[in-house]
Amino acid sequence: MTQSETSADSAELFEYLLRLGDDRLVLGHRLSEWCGHGPILEEDIALANIALDLIGQATLYLRLAGETEGKGRNEDALAYFREGVEFRNVQMVELPRGDFAFTIVRQFFFDAYSYHLLEQLLRSTHAELAGIAAKGYKEVRYHLRHSSDWVQRLGDGTEESHARAQKAVDDLWRFTGEMFTPDEIDERMQARGVGADLPAVGKKWHSIVNDVLGRATLSVPAETFMLSGGRKGHTEYLGHMLAEMQIVARSHPGVEW
Amino acid sequence: MTKTIATKEEVLEILAEVKDPELPVIDIVELGIVRDVVFDGGRVRIDVTPTYSGCPAMEVIERDIVTTLNSHGFSNVAVRSVFSPPWTTDWISASTKEKLRAYGIAPPSGASKAGTAEELVTIRRGRPAVECPYCGSSNTEEKSEFGSTACKAIHYCNSCHQPFDYFKSF
Repeated sequence: MTQSETSADSAELFEYLLRLGDDRLVLGHRLSEWCGHGPILEEDIALANIALDLIGQATLYLRLAGETEGKGRNEDALAYFREGVEFRNVQMVELPRGDFAFTIVRQFFFDAYSYHLLEQLLRSTHAELAGIAAKGYKEVRYHLRHSSDWVQRLGDGTEESHARAQKAVDDLWRFTGEMFTPDEIDERMQARGVGADLPAVGKKWHSIVNDVLGRATLSVPAETFMLSGGRKGHTEYLGHMLAEMQIVARSHPGVEW
Repeated sequence: MTKTIATKEEVLEILAEVKDPELPVIDIVELGIVRDVVFDGGRVRIDVTPTYSGCPAMEVIERDIVTTLNSHGFSNVAVRSVFSPPWTTDWISASTKEKLRAYGIAPPSGASKAGTAEELVTIRRGRPAVECPYCGSSNTEEKSEFGSTACKAIHYCNSCHQPFDYFKSF
């Protein structure tokens, strides 16, 4: 392998790891906003626990991304000192947390995606990535159990909870396509045996989502246009979220406690 | 004093002094997170694996490993995180589970199971009850799968009316 191939390969891997890290970092931060605001104590604790898992997973992907980049950036530098345009998450995870139904439906959509994605990544030819994915895969199993359970309770619950859950499904649906639309980086990472086959993940995602929404007496939205542009661009909401998430680290660079 | 000659067993014995800060009755060797001890020239490297990706105790544990080995004369200590194979509660021995029970935490019951996506999204009913660590009753129920730390769930005993932590099978 020549030197130039190696650096192109690692630039691609860096980009791919940022996507994995940023999805989990941003969603973990959104979930952490529920801490102290959960509808019941047990749920407050559950959402904070899941947020902690996601931020922990993000730490591992971003640390590996920093090592891959080789410019001395660690996970904290990547989380706190990048600008919004440099974040590579899908737009769905950055939307404001909304009501409990919105948070739960989004979590279910993401968990179902993450479950099938990590199931593939734990067989990645990149040993460290495979190890991190295997760890997260164990965690996403109980995340998915929790969110799918709630989707069924809300959908098949009261008139109010049903209406709110259906509205969340309808509002979020157009953001879901991004998760399964591969670009050239996804395709090359898949061809190298490092990354996942996103259309295959999407197929399994649709099957589990149809199943759960059906049991929840919620309707699956008709085929509609899907938003694109995530991983490269963002909604107006990410900047506001990052301002809050990054301010302490930026106001006191290098501080430790 | 710099200690360079030691056996793996000797180092593991020292590491048994490092407790899990969240579970001070069990040490990190019993918990199964110490995966290897490697001697490399004058350095000793400890491979550890996290229990959960976001476990905040890991940082404390890594620091405690270094200071404990330092105090036993190992001046050059490195801690490396390894992720494969992922940690499982199946690595916790029967005698360690007894220690958890005596401390008031119901130990993991049964082996960690994967389950298919279809099983995961099916609302669970009538799951096997966890035995109450206080009175031994099986008339208990899960209040929440999420508890005070990532590794624990909240249960309640209907016999002695005591809420208790369950160390989840994972």
